[in-house]
Amino acid sequence: MKKELTRQQYLDLYYYMRLNRAVEDTMVKLFRQNKIVGGLYSSLGQEAVSVGTAYALEKKDWLAPMIRNIGALLVKGVPPRDVFMQHMAKYDSPTKGKDGTSHFGDLENLHIVSPISMLGDLIPVMTGVAMAGRYLGQKIVTMTWIGDGGSSTGVFHEGLNFAATQKAPFVLILENNLWAYSTPVKRQVPLENLADRAKAYGISSYIVDGNDVVAVYSTTREAVERARAGEGPILIEAKTFRRLGHAQHDPAEYVPKEMRAYWEGRDPIALYEKFLIGEKVLDAKSKKEMEEKIDTLLAAEREFAENSPMPPPEFAATGVYCTGDDCHKIEPKWERPIAEVTPPKSSVKAVWTVAGFGSGKSSGGANAPIHFGDTENTIEIPSRDGKASGKNGAKPAAKKSAKTAATSGASRKVKR
Amino acid sequence: MAETNGTQITFLEAIKQAMFEEMERDPAVVLLGEDVGVYGGAFKTSEGLLERFGWERVIDTPISESAIIGAACGMSYAGLRPIAELQFIDFIVCAFNQITNFVAKGHYLWNAPAPIVMRGPSGGGVHGGPFHSANPEMYFVHTPGLKVIYPSTPYDAKGLLKAAVRDNNPVLFFEHKFLYRRIKGQVPTEDYTVPIGKAVVRREGKHLTIISYAAMMHTSLEAADALAKEGIEAEVIDLRTLLPLDEETILQSVKKTNRCLVVHEDTKTGGIAGEIAAILCERAFGDLDGPLMRVTALDTPVPYSPPLEEYFLPNAKKVFDAAKELARY
Repeated sequence: MKKELTRQQYLDLYYYMRLNRAVEDTMVKLFRQNKIVGGLYSSLGQEAVSVGTAYALEKKDWLAPMIRNIGALLVKGVPPRDVFMQHMAKYDSPTKGKDGTSHFGDLENLHIVSPISMLGDLIPVMTGVAMAGRYLGQKIVTMTWIGDGGSSTGVFHEGLNFAATQKAPFVLILENNLWAYSTPVKRQVPLENLADRAKAYGISSYIVDGNDVVAVYSTTREAVERARAGEGPILIEAKTFRRLGHAQHDPAEYVPKEMRAYWEGRDPIALYEKFLIGEKVLDAKSKKEMEEKIDTLLAAEREFAENSPMPPPEFAATGVYCTGDDCHKIEPKWERPIAEVTPPKSSVKAVWTVAGFGSGKSSGGANAPIHFGDTENTIEIPSRDGKASGKNGAKPAAKKSAKTAATSGASRKVKR
Repeated sequence: MAETNGTQITFLEAIKQAMFEEMERDPAVVLLGEDVGVYGGAFKTSEGLLERFGWERVIDTPISESAIIGAACGMSYAGLRPIAELQFIDFIVCAFNQITNFVAKGHYLWNAPAPIVMRGPSGGGVHGGPFHSANPEMYFVHTPGLKVIYPSTPYDAKGLLKAAVRDNNPVLFFEHKFLYRRIKGQVPTEDYTVPIGKAVVRREGKHLTIISYAAMMHTSLEAADALAKEGIEAEVIDLRTLLPLDEETILQSVKKTNRCLVVHEDTKTGGIAGEIAAILCERAFGDLDGPLMRVTALDTPVPYSPPLEEYFLPNAKKVFDAAKELARY
């Protein structure tokens, strides 16, 4: 670990990792007391990924967690009681008992999109949020997570490809914990590094030690800044390990003992604590103070959650539809002049100019048909004033990716 | 009535006008889909929109239906009102999970409204074959959280599409491609909407009620004309919206005529006729003088060859014959 953050940032990362683990420890106790209604999914040993990534976002940014990213929710500002009540199916929970686990969101204030159980769906959804944010001039970045297993879904490909073509300000964290339920990663993906998936979309990627919270944070921070600057989506593979089973019911006996022992020796909180003490950011006294702060907080949060009522049965019949403005007043938050996107200013000439058309080296004439691979194809998207411009992030993107596509098309032709 | 006071336009023009006017009215409205921009849509329903509203609002996408619907969903969470075009509605099932699990459940589960319109050309009769002729409306009528619209006239198409854009819920909007250029109708020059969830009586009658929608609406009216020549006055109801279903208009008519025939181009098993039969059994059992009858497509995929497709589809003669049989009760 390198020392490069402020003292407060170091302590924040430590606090949220400890809070993440303490929240989950509390839920294990609740589970054993039969107070958790459904399944309980652990992120033990993966706290550095949830916390280090989410901590790189700004308040206005959006995230959508997966089930093991409770740490990310805590960083974003979700109170632990909400997490407890979700699992306990209480009426005061964010979904009022209609869904459990980390399946909840907050569009208005925290900018959190709820996950669903079908993996990969959040990728196009967060791409859409990112595109809308850019359209509205908000300069936001969106983030979601996907597992090694979820990276094999069709919608992973559709979503990331679309994000790439749009240069959406979107960061995808591929949390490779080596196991999709009982299936090891090698049985799912024939790649050494899942970050290589980024190559297929012509986007940048990083590989980071998922158990080194400082590395996770620093890498994500850089990716978020690049995405915000208009470089397009970025994929980060965080290599880590799922220490417990798929959920509480699963003893995970399929995991080799040596593998488990290796990763238990790389506990992200223990590693970080050692580093902080070595750097004199943390000592026994401040550590104890933080532990007491977390214990006090969680005791109160747990009490609140336990005292919350179950939902009234007839509540099940309500809320399928938005009934209108009395229910939700939907208003986009514009942070650019609306005139820019309304006629006449929005008007463009709808022409795809294919540079090099008919004048490629083997085409032999001004009007010869184009063949992919024998000319340098560049698709120019004219801006509003009619000239190709690099002002909007989307425009140079399209240009660049078109070039890449033409080149790869050429090499494929040759092989055939 | 406003329908008679305005200009005569095609069904396709009605769709185009609705999108144009809504985008003109509200900068939160954007359009995304395959070939909707430069090309103006496979059926030219979005022709000219790119030129007027620009690249940021008229978005050509990759061939990725899940990404189209998923991104539209994300856009709606950020306050936009996206219109997502499916090039042919057959391809909507490629995004089935996004629609039924993500878009439809959000408001119920976590209070997240998703004002999205998912629209595209549907239906058969144009020899499009098994993958370009579908009527997949019932998959979605069975999904709480969605609204499903299937209009039959230019007036309704325009008014309902505008209402769908302004609705805070995800709306599926089916455009029967047989009607695109074949059907013309009056639309008002001023702004108007048609309420979602309201059926309309297209023709008054007393002997039986024919309930239909979309292209089969015109088939049903043709049959009703023929029936009138034989002294049978059929009341014809256009459902216009399938979810939520306008039970009251159906009940009011059937309580008057005591006989009900449902005509739809969708296949028979699991079609809306079964749902209407159940509603009538529950709420008007004592008013029925005869069995509920159905004229629908066969329970097969849509076949390609013209004689096969004609055999597969309902037509005015099949409706006429069924109505005559029902009128005997």
